[in-house]
Amino acid sequence: MSKIVKLKKGFDINLAGKASKEIANFAPAQTFAIKPTDFVGLQRPKVLVNEGDTVKAGTPILIDKALDQVIYAAPVSGEIVEVKRGDKRKLLEIKILADKTITHENFGKIDLNQDRNALAAKLASTGVWPNIIQRPYGIVANPADSPKAIFISAFDTHPLAPDYGFTLQGEEKYFQAGIDALAKLTKGKVHVNVDGSKPVPAVFSGVKNAQVNQFSGPHPAGNVGIQIHHLDPINKGEIAWTVNPVGVVQIGKAVLEGVYDASKVIAVTGSELTKSAYTKTYVGASVSTFVKGNLNSGHVRVISGNVLTGEKINLEGHLGFYSNQITVIPEGDYYEFLGWAKPTTSKLSYHRALGLFSFLNPKKEFVLDSNCRGEERAFVQTGVFEAVTPMDILPMYLLKAIMAEDFDEMEELGIYEIVEEDLALCEFVDVSKHPVQELVRKGIELIQYS
Amino acid sequence: MKFLRDLMDKQRPMFEKGGKFEKFFYAFEAGETFLFSPNHTTGIKGAQVKDAIDLKRMMITVVIAMIPALLFGIYNTGHQSLLATGQTAGLWDNFGDKALIGIQLVLPIIIVAYAAGGLVEATFAVIRKHPINEGFLVTGMLIPLVIPATTPLWQVAMATVFAVVIAKEVFGGTGMNILNVAMTARAFLYFAYPAQISGDQVWTYLGEKAAVDGFSGATALSVVYDAGVQNVNAVEALNNHNSVLGDGIFSFYNMFMGWIPGSIGETSTLMCLVGAAILIGTGVGSWKIIVSGFAGAYVMAFIMNLLAVNEYMALPAHYHWVMGGLAFGIVFMATDPVSAAQTETGKWIYGFLIGVLTIIIRVTNPAYPEGIMLAVLFMNVVAPLIDYYVVKANKTRRLQRATV
Repeated sequence: MSKIVKLKKGFDINLAGKASKEIANFAPAQTFAIKPTDFVGLQRPKVLVNEGDTVKAGTPILIDKALDQVIYAAPVSGEIVEVKRGDKRKLLEIKILADKTITHENFGKIDLNQDRNALAAKLASTGVWPNIIQRPYGIVANPADSPKAIFISAFDTHPLAPDYGFTLQGEEKYFQAGIDALAKLTKGKVHVNVDGSKPVPAVFSGVKNAQVNQFSGPHPAGNVGIQIHHLDPINKGEIAWTVNPVGVVQIGKAVLEGVYDASKVIAVTGSELTKSAYTKTYVGASVSTFVKGNLNSGHVRVISGNVLTGEKINLEGHLGFYSNQITVIPEGDYYEFLGWAKPTTSKLSYHRALGLFSFLNPKKEFVLDSNCRGEERAFVQTGVFEAVTPMDILPMYLLKAIMAEDFDEMEELGIYEIVEEDLALCEFVDVSKHPVQELVRKGIELIQYS
Repeated sequence: MKFLRDLMDKQRPMFEKGGKFEKFFYAFEAGETFLFSPNHTTGIKGAQVKDAIDLKRMMITVVIAMIPALLFGIYNTGHQSLLATGQTAGLWDNFGDKALIGIQLVLPIIIVAYAAGGLVEATFAVIRKHPINEGFLVTGMLIPLVIPATTPLWQVAMATVFAVVIAKEVFGGTGMNILNVAMTARAFLYFAYPAQISGDQVWTYLGEKAAVDGFSGATALSVVYDAGVQNVNAVEALNNHNSVLGDGIFSFYNMFMGWIPGSIGETSTLMCLVGAAILIGTGVGSWKIIVSGFAGAYVMAFIMNLLAVNEYMALPAHYHWVMGGLAFGIVFMATDPVSAAQTETGKWIYGFLIGVLTIIIRVTNPAYPEGIMLAVLFMNVVAPLIDYYVVKANKTRRLQRATV
């Protein structure tokens, strides 16, 4: 029984620099990197390769000793050029110089009629498994767990987010195979949640073996955490899994082709780019060839992901494992004379105290930079977090419980239902400029490791 | 602005760690961030862009919302003064004189409130090493508006210092306080120096001049209270009051407009509604609290009407909206987000109970003619309890979901 959910709360950040719907011919990326820091639950990373080794796409290069059945594989074939470590030898990234033509490890087509645990173990050994995320905690799923349901959000409402209908066109076969494989792994349902306000893209419209639900409304309607809350909320002790549609296609390719195909179409977006478009590359691509020479200003911040949940990388940096987009915005390290007081129409605010007449021009695209626009203060204004969080959750009380490290309170207020991205808008609209997402992760870790 | 920025950059090292005036860093920072929005950028992970709002903007919006009430209060102070001494008849006669008297009386109070409070704020910022809180922008303006223009300046200073220290800084500053700071200042004055803030003599400034014969300085609330005691019709008592000064000084219309004696900023319901429109329009004040506050007052006054044991209780319910400080209190005091209820459901209950309590105190308490001050303070104390039950309901919903 599919569900139709219309959400009202939330806020769309309308940024300049949307990707035009074309595959641009940027020069292909040279290097690719797997960053253990992308996998938040990865506790004891162990590198399986040395600098100078040659790998194929799908060769295991990293494992988590705490969850060693899941391998993290090389996205491309080539030579390991650097194993970069930081302070206290913390593993930062494993960099691969890609071959001109990519060769794959072939582990044979996967039979979906095998035993569930055998299937999970097989998938875990192919490199596609880290696409499967466990809720609560937002960590890489454990193949031994049996989730109550699997949720796939087939649209992304983040600022400048890629349109999966475009990036996954022609991948119907693989998407369906991925769904079939996932359906084997859960005792419950597989939910595919599509945007109810638009025609459903071909890749999702004919999907079988899953429940297709429609969600509409402003961001964060496309966040899988919000969708779970309205479909089948996670209670204490329950486990659900989530997969991004790009990950579903990768799983499908592993099933049908027997290879780890890490290729994906990403959106190269942002106000500071001359050309914003889509491009085809692989997981962990170096962004320099897409961004350098494509800039229309000098002082920029390059973000792997979107402006709400992304991570700052530099011009030579690499795309995060889960990122399907690059955003380039102006760096905001400047002083502004009476910046807090001036009437303005060029700044974006959820609050009407700044954008009183913004309703006159709802389609306006904004150029936002990375300036904090004020200093951190104690919580003062109330009711705003609730207004941008379409869940029956009280974000401010939850955040205060996390600050106080009150475990019972965190549990009772619903920490199991959220990960960082679900409260990212709170961080954006916060008058008192709290690091909301950092706090959420702190709370999750307190609960997870208690 | 380049030279200002250069000046700041030049001075900055002196205030930073290791500098000569290291201790005064937060005082410097307050000035700097007032002039220039800081150059802080977002972190490596998490939201890479931020909403343009900050606390300074939010607080200045509240100050802007109070300006209509302030300007009206200044003029009305002069108007009441000349009216009582028989020097003027029409509302707009002697405009310049009235404005001048008003400014002479009100401006020093504002300056003293800001200076005294600012000093305490800065001292605490330096000692406790926390940034100077913008909340004081609002408090410094609210305090002058809720006291009579005749209040001695030293009392203004005392009350401000007391309120900022006891109601705010001891809890850790704006955002941590339990009580509304400005209301605490007024309560302090009321209980410490009742002679200067209650009775019939303090609401109108007479200066050196003598009031006209038969003048009474009573406020509308004490007129109705007396009517209740003497058992005469309250509306008639209001209409006949101070007839030496003109007809219908306490008519409903006049009280709504605010041409009556009272504390500086609270007499005009109209100006409070303009302020409410600004607060609601900008989303800074909670419309739920404002609407439910007025509703609560009306409902309770209506219940009093039904009982109608004395003439005060029989006063038509809508009169309560325009008398005394109810409108000002609900619009500017009750909506203080820190001391109010913080859940959306809680705000309805909180506002409603403020209205209800105000009327109960007004009508049934013989010692104290105005109820909004104590009602707001009392509900400030109760607000966390309201929130506790609203939050508990949320937890219960989650818990029930788990068992089914």
